[in-house]
Amino acid sequence: MIKRVITGNEAVAYAMKQIDPEVVAAYPITPQTQIIEKYAEYYAKGEVSGELIDVESEHSAMSAVVGAAGAGVRAMTATSSQGLALMLEIVYIAAAMRLPILMPVVNRALSGPINIHCDHSDTMMAANSGWLQFYSENNQDVYDNCFIALKVAERVNLPVMVCQDGFITSHSIEDISLYKDNVIKKFIGEYKPKYNLLKKEITMGPFDMFDYYFEHKRKQAQAMFDSVKVIESTFKEFSLISGRRYDFFEEYKLKDAEKVIVMIGSTYGSARDVVDSLRNNGELVGILGIRVFRPFNFKLLKKKLEKIRNIAVMERYDPLSGFGGILFNEIRSSLSRNDIVEYIYGLGGRDVDDSQILKVFKEMNNGKELIRYVGVRE
Amino acid sequence: MNLKELSNRKARFTGGHTLCPGCGEGIIVRAVLQAINQQVVVGCATSCLEVSTSKFPQTSWKCSFIHNAFENVSATMSGVETAYRVLKRKNKIKDDIKFVAFAGDGGLCDIGLQSFSGALERGHNVLFICLDNEAYQNTGIQRSSATPYGAWTSTTQIGEKHKGKEQFKKDIVKIAVAHEIPYVAQASPSNYLDLVKKVSTAVSINGPSFINILSPCVPGWRYLQMESIHVCRRAVDSCFWPLYEVFVENGVEKWKLNYDPKDKKEPVINFLRMQGRFKHLWNDNKDIVDKIQANIDRKWEELKKRCSV
Ligand SMILES: Cc1ncc(C[n+]2csc(CCOP(=O)(O)OP(=O)(O)O)c2C)c(N)n1
Ligand code: SF4
Ligand SMILES: [Mg+2]
Repeated sequence: MIKRVITGNEAVAYAMKQIDPEVVAAYPITPQTQIIEKYAEYYAKGEVSGELIDVESEHSAMSAVVGAAGAGVRAMTATSSQGLALMLEIVYIAAAMRLPILMPVVNRALSGPINIHCDHSDTMMAANSGWLQFYSENNQDVYDNCFIALKVAERVNLPVMVCQDGFITSHSIEDISLYKDNVIKKFIGEYKPKYNLLKKEITMGPFDMFDYYFEHKRKQAQAMFDSVKVIESTFKEFSLISGRRYDFFEEYKLKDAEKVIVMIGSTYGSARDVVDSLRNNGELVGILGIRVFRPFNFKLLKKKLEKIRNIAVMERYDPLSGFGGILFNEIRSSLSRNDIVEYIYGLGGRDVDDSQILKVFKEMNNGKELIRYVGVRE
Repeated sequence: MNLKELSNRKARFTGGHTLCPGCGEGIIVRAVLQAINQQVVVGCATSCLEVSTSKFPQTSWKCSFIHNAFENVSATMSGVETAYRVLKRKNKIKDDIKFVAFAGDGGLCDIGLQSFSGALERGHNVLFICLDNEAYQNTGIQRSSATPYGAWTSTTQIGEKHKGKEQFKKDIVKIAVAHEIPYVAQASPSNYLDLVKKVSTAVSINGPSFINILSPCVPGWRYLQMESIHVCRRAVDSCFWPLYEVFVENGVEKWKLNYDPKDKKEPVINFLRMQGRFKHLWNDNKDIVDKIQANIDRKWEELKKRCSV
């Protein structure tokens, strides 16, 4: 392993270089831009063996990647926010065509108002698109998730997003350990797709009536169910090269906790410090971070949280639904509980300081409101 | 190349599709695939052609075929063709493969124009074909930018105040030529060998190529189904739909006229009179017919000048 100090975006670009897909098609958008700029540098120097298509939009990026994956090669793109929104039509199609595309997404708030900073409104918009979704707490996570996600995707024939928090990890440097090229090559193996436009006469993307659409969707759903086992075994295999044993959920001091916050992304890191300081005062608090959001491993989640007395979900986007967000709903229903509270926080890159997390720990078991806000002027 | 030779080639677009009897799209696609006569991957935008030929679990395609969405066949085929180039470079693929993208006038001139333009600018080695039936036929004859002036569609209706489409057709050929791609042409199924020749020219040239093909539509244009080819002939002979090619080499355009009816050039009313979509122009609204005729004449003179005829 090689130690480096790099940003989350550089970690993604480096992972792309090591995966060395045949086709990358991408369009720039803050805060994803550095990924494709760095990749373009590798491309110019001849350090990657594939082709880079600088397309004219994200819609075309996803479309070209679908075409390339249909032609039987590894294909990647990367995006954020409006880019994901623009390509969303084809995001769904990629999943239905069962193409194992890897797409790093650097989370950024959706317009409007236009904003370039982090929240999770972009990937939550695509949470039910049939893609696997991996989230990252830090730069090492981002880097490692790319390889794990790719391997899982190719095993279950579903596309995957590897998400990281815009600017917070994407533009911050951190110590990370990189693997040697040959280690990665061996871990991801050669990609051997079942179908391929260039080899056999096949019809891809046909039109379904009511007599087949449902069956195709059922199979897609089954692939998502089945991916749970595949992810478990892939985590195990990855630990052999990394020494890091990941799981669907990351937990911190959960065992004897009475109050727990569930969250996604980089906030998990700062929340750990808050847990430590509260525990110094004798408060039994803990946190649960979501690494794999799709598939949603509700059985494991139930096991982890069923004994916890007070649970709050901190969600970094607002569904504007008159109720809570997807994560909140998922957790309530997995646990069949209606006493869990939701805190919407950090929208549009609003700073998340310890005081906000402290406030959630302090107030989560008081009051009647289910849907609450923290860190906003009201 | 003659018709007999062509008909002996293996058909890669087969019967059993659900296009309307007399639909131009089937005739054209068969001709295109026969003309290519080597391994080919077809991309198809959402359209009549797509829904009529790829209804699961059946397929009319005896070559590889990919449909992605309505507006993105050009980007999709950019990806397919790029994957092929990489595999070829890495010696992982031996066969020579051609790539064809089919889109309707909606899928190419309107919602898919950006994707098309992007693919031309990037120079992918793909033959792009617009099956121009002059409206969104698949969804029930709505106006497109390729609908001709004066035509009835379900979104340009005939009433006291408005009488059909009030704008002229978008000149997609000129738009393609402006990208300085090596080969652009316009063809019609009524001139079958000319069409076949254009396709083989297009696929023999390195780089993107585009052929704009008139595709008669029975219910959309409202004529009798056995008259598809006749309608196209009227379009060609009235110079509503001239047949020509544009070669671009080192930035220099060479325009070539493939057919000149000369003194047999028909008045456009002959073309209009065959189709119910122009019924309101058969006897009334002469000012509209005159406008259409004047536009054709101007464009025809301009084309002849470009072709140095
Ligand atoms: C994004 C999107 N908008 C609208 C549609 C509905 N739609 C499907 S095909 C079509 C019209 C196709 O017209 P054209 O491209 O001219 O092909 P044609 O059917 O006339 O051959 C429309 C509007 C769609 N499928 N996707
Ligand atoms: S509606 Fe028109 S374009 Fe569509 S299949 Fe029928 S004839 Fe062909
Ligand atoms: Mg049309």
